Amino acid sequence: MIRVILPAHLRTLARVDGEVKVEVAGPVTVGAVLDALEATYPMLRGTIRDQVTRQRRAFLRFFACEQDLSHDSADTPLPEAIASGAEPLLVVGAMAGG
Amino acid sequence: MSRVRVLVGTRKGAFVLTADAKREQWDVTGPHFGGWEIYHLKGSPADPDRLYASQSSGWFGQVIQRSSDGGRTWETVGNKFSYDGATGTHQWYDGTPHPWEFARVWHLEPSLTDPDTVYAGVEDAALFRTTDGGQSWHELPGLRTHTSAPSWQPGAGGMCLHTILLDPSRPGRIFVAISAAGAFRSDDDGATWRPINRGLRSEGIPDPHAEVGHCVHRIAMHRSRPGVLFMQKHWDVMRSDDAGDSWREVSGGLPSDFGFPIDVHAHDPETIYVVPIKSDSEHYPPDGKLRVYRSRTGGNEWEALTNGLPQRHCYVNVLRDAMAVDSLDPCGVYFGTTGGQVYASADGGDRWAPIVRDLPSVVSVEVQTLP
Repeated sequence: MIRVILPAHLRTLARVDGEVKVEVAGPVTVGAVLDALEATYPMLRGTIRDQVTRQRRAFLRFFACEQDLSHDSADTPLPEAIASGAEPLLVVGAMAGG
Repeated sequence: MSRVRVLVGTRKGAFVLTADAKREQWDVTGPHFGGWEIYHLKGSPADPDRLYASQSSGWFGQVIQRSSDGGRTWETVGNKFSYDGATGTHQWYDGTPHPWEFARVWHLEPSLTDPDTVYAGVEDAALFRTTDGGQSWHELPGLRTHTSAPSWQPGAGGMCLHTILLDPSRPGRIFVAISAAGAFRSDDDGATWRPINRGLRSEGIPDPHAEVGHCVHRIAMHRSRPGVLFMQKHWDVMRSDDAGDSWREVSGGLPSDFGFPIDVHAHDPETIYVVPIKSDSEHYPPDGKLRVYRSRTGGNEWEALTNGLPQRHCYVNVLRDAMAVDSLDPCGVYFGTTGGQVYASADGGDRWAPIVRDLPSVVSVEVQTLP
C-alpha cells in the first residue's frame, strides 16, 4: 500500500482523516499514485493535476524521503521507501497568500 | 408561510441565510467549503432544493458542488471544463495574442425548467452547460469562436463570462456578458451568437462605439418583460427596450455611474437598483456613504436609499453578482459587500439592516423565495 498525505483542504474534500492508502499495480510513480488516488477519490480529480494537461497544479509540490520530486517526470519511479509503504508521499500546498 | 433563503458566496466559503417572510430573524449556516473562494451559488427554479456552487482555489483549482436538500449537505460533481476544439487566442493585457486558459467558474445559471441543466460562465470567457446535474460539462463553443473573439481582452478581474440570463418567454434565447468584450445574445440555445452592444460608448477603447470591447459589468431583466434589459457598464447605466439590439444611457442624476451590480424589483419591471461606486480606481462609494439608488421609472430619475446603511467612513465595494431580490410582497432586496456585510431590505429598499456584518469578503448573493 502506498501512503499519501494530502493537504488539509483536500482531506476535507475527500472526506478523509489523516493519511490515505492506495494500491498501485505496476511501477510506483507519481503518475500511478495519482491515478490510484483519483480512482478511489474522484472528487480529487483536477485538484492536484490539471484534468486536461495532466500537469501538476502550480502551487502544489510532491515531497518524499526529504526530497522535492515536483519537477521529476510523472513516470519516474518513486523511492523504494515509498513503494514499500515505509514512507509517505506528501502532496504539499505552497505556503502562499500573505 | 413563505420563507427566503439567501445564498452567499465569499472569498473564504459559502453561507446560507434563512428567514420567514417577515425577514427579521435570520438563521445563518456556514462556512460551507471553508477556505475556498465561492464565486457563485444558485438554486434551480425548477427544484429549489437543488443548489449548485462554484468552489475554487488558487492551489486546487475548480470544484463544483451540488446539494439536493437546500444546502444542508453537498456532494462534488464534475469539474472538467475543457474547451471544445482548438482554443485559439484572445488579446492579453498588452495586446499580444494569448491562448484561452480555463481559470474558474464565475457564474452558474440553472435552467428555468430542468434541475439537471445548468449553464456555467467561465474565465477565460466561455459558456458551458451540463444536462446531467453537473456530472459532465460541455462547452457551447459558438461564443468563444465568434469572429470577434480574437480581439477580446480581459478586464482587470480576468476575461470572465459573469452574467447569464435565460429568457423565460422565448426558450433558446440567452444573454451573456463578458468583461471586457461586452454583451452577446443567442436565439438558438447557445449555438450562435451576436454582439449586442450598439449604443454603448466606452472612452477607454480606441473606438468608443466599437461592436465589441466594452466592459459590461452586469445585465438584469424582469422575467415578465425579457425584452427590456438594464446594464451597469464599467461607466454608465444603460437600458435596452429591444432585447439588446440598441442601448441608451439612463445614468442621469447618479452621483457616479460607475458600479457593478444592477437588479430589477420583483413586481415592478420599471423599478431598478444600482450601487454607485466612485471610480474604477477607487472601488468604494462616493463620499464614504453606502447608498443604493433606486429608479422607479426605469432609469434617469434616481433616489438615494440610505436608511440603515452606513453614511460615513464606509469604503466597501459591492461586486457584480452580489445583489438579488426575492419575490415576496413587499419585495426584498439584498446585497453583500467586500467588507463582509450582507444587507437586506424587506420593503423594496426603503429601510435596510445587516443580516450579518463580519463574513469574509462577499462575492455573490442570490435569493430563493420558498413556499
